[in-house]
Amino acid sequence: MKHIFKIVAILVAISAIWVALLETSTVPRSCAWLLPIYLVVALGCYGLFMVGFGLMFFPTCPQEAVLLQQDIVEAKEFLGKKGVDVGSE
Amino acid sequence: MEATAGGKREYSIIVPTYNERLNIALIVYLIFKHLPDVNFEIIIVDDGSPDGTQDIVKQLQQVYGEDRVLLRARPRKLGLGTAYLHGLKHASGEFVVIMDADLSHHPKYLPSFIRKQKETGADVVTGTRYVKNGGVHGWNLMRKLTSRGANVLAQTLLQPGASDLTGSFRLYKRDVLEDLISSCVSKGYVFQMEMIVRATRKGCHIEEVPITFVDRVFGTSKLGGSEIVGYLKGLVYLLLTT
Repeated sequence: MKHIFKIVAILVAISAIWVALLETSTVPRSCAWLLPIYLVVALGCYGLFMVGFGLMFFPTCPQEAVLLQQDIVEAKEFLGKKGVDVGSE
Repeated sequence: MEATAGGKREYSIIVPTYNERLNIALIVYLIFKHLPDVNFEIIIVDDGSPDGTQDIVKQLQQVYGEDRVLLRARPRKLGLGTAYLHGLKHASGEFVVIMDADLSHHPKYLPSFIRKQKETGADVVTGTRYVKNGGVHGWNLMRKLTSRGANVLAQTLLQPGASDLTGSFRLYKRDVLEDLISSCVSKGYVFQMEMIVRATRKGCHIEEVPITFVDRVFGTSKLGGSEIVGYLKGLVYLLLTT
């Protein structure tokens, strides 16, 4: 089953719940009308939070750049001795 | 481990190259350094590099052997997906590793890919930059922001089964790779996304290992509006067709 069908199914289920809430008036109508907007705003907030949180704790590795330079020196030395042309372009 | 008479390998490492005259030599050295007891071959798919990359590969073949370093060149730039296919045609390994030639993917992680696959029997082992022992160096705040935003969007919409969707440092079981490539049509990094999403949809067993990514190229190429539009188009395509 394509993934989009799952998403559509979830949206349909949410819509059905919303319509049911509107019809049965267990929740005051004026409040129920706005529920979809609350949901969208909540989703947006969740998304922003996930982006911000991920950005704050974005894994970095500055030491790797140093190690890489060491590896490059080691490689050039070995290959140069073996006759491989390791001059820069 | 010596090769059998038929030259069958356990691991084939496919490295597409274009103008990587110096980096390809460094990569080959590092691969041999970090896989001392592994039965592997390196398949270099060069798209007619004008800087003499193929001459360097021939020199490397003198040092390491033509049976370990294979050059399978193409006349000009023909795209990444077809480069992998081309490399696959000449690969004798039971497992195939794909990696970039610009040293953003460090061969020192190859043993951890192999170990993870042996431990779990996974169909795909993908390197991820976005976990604790992984990481990125050389990205500014804007680049990290777009990366993170793109990732959150893709995770929410696609449930892809991997934390790093656009990464191209991966180990595949050979038949899994053949099957996936034949069903993927995108280009560039969306191709990498499509591969992992289709793998998840088909029920492949996917494992991740942390990798570090030193981006030395970023300064020269900006992530512009057209890249972002291309990414969003790719997301919608994957949403509708996987």
